[in-house]
Amino acid sequence: MSVTVGVVVFPGTNCEHDAIAAVRALGGDARLVFHTEDTLDGLDAVILPGGFAHGDYLRPGAIARFSPIMDSVSSFAASGGPVVGICNGFQVLCEAHLLPGALQKNRGLTFLCQPSSLEVTSTSSVLTARAEVGQVLRVPINHFSGSYTCDLDTLRELEDQGRVVLRYVDNPNGSVASVAGISNEAGNVVGLMPHPERAVSSLLGSEDGAVLLRSFLDAAATASVG
Amino acid sequence: MKYLARVEVRLRHGIADPEGATIARALPAMGFDSVTAVEAGRSFRVELDATDLTAAQSIAASLADRLLANPVIEESVIEVEQL
Repeated sequence: MSVTVGVVVFPGTNCEHDAIAAVRALGGDARLVFHTEDTLDGLDAVILPGGFAHGDYLRPGAIARFSPIMDSVSSFAASGGPVVGICNGFQVLCEAHLLPGALQKNRGLTFLCQPSSLEVTSTSSVLTARAEVGQVLRVPINHFSGSYTCDLDTLRELEDQGRVVLRYVDNPNGSVASVAGISNEAGNVVGLMPHPERAVSSLLGSEDGAVLLRSFLDAAATASVG
Repeated sequence: MKYLARVEVRLRHGIADPEGATIARALPAMGFDSVTAVEAGRSFRVELDATDLTAAQSIAASLADRLLANPVIEESVIEVEQL
């Protein structure tokens, strides 16, 4: 299994090298894809990493959505390719309507940079397939606008279809229904605020993010064969 | 013709507004005891060229909907005038 993951870089992205290092540590390969590029040819999966794309001006992810590479990301997602948006990447996916809902300023207007406990609530996504429902993972969060918001009908749909894939145990940011991560209907597009790429080695305080990224690399390998 | 569109973007009713709530909590400490509620939002002034007022309003509505506001959590109020 040799997969290559594209890690998209917008102006202001700052977690791209962590994402590449994590993918490589888990046996995959990865390369940077600049936001002005217009193709994902040769890539088996895509990560939209954390940071402050386009300075987070207007709203996090609002301008990044119009970057040239996003058309390719949309078609890649529509054809079943594995896509994960981490932190700012999650915000970009919501603004691009590849995932429902929106990320709002944290409850209490506090920037949160701390370990968080996440409960796996669905394994029917490219990010959680290898995990077990009920498993609790220790993964850091690092955000100001991470409070997940959507209307009640959307929330019901997400829950009924098993698309809430991760929930906070203690809901640090005030997300609706403690949502930490969701997927699209097909399960191949996932967004989450916590940073699994920062939890792949005991040196970093936790290896719990590895099961998520291994799931993602598995999906990339399958997608590339198919 | 040149037009000026003022676009006010505010949170939809029922969406948590931590910024407005924080400002409202701070005001009594400054002596503003009469303030009963604060909502935070933002406003934009957009200059644009259009053939007439209706066209200008339509452009402003479209850009407000597609970019300036996120309809999932926000709504916009638009006023257009000729410059």
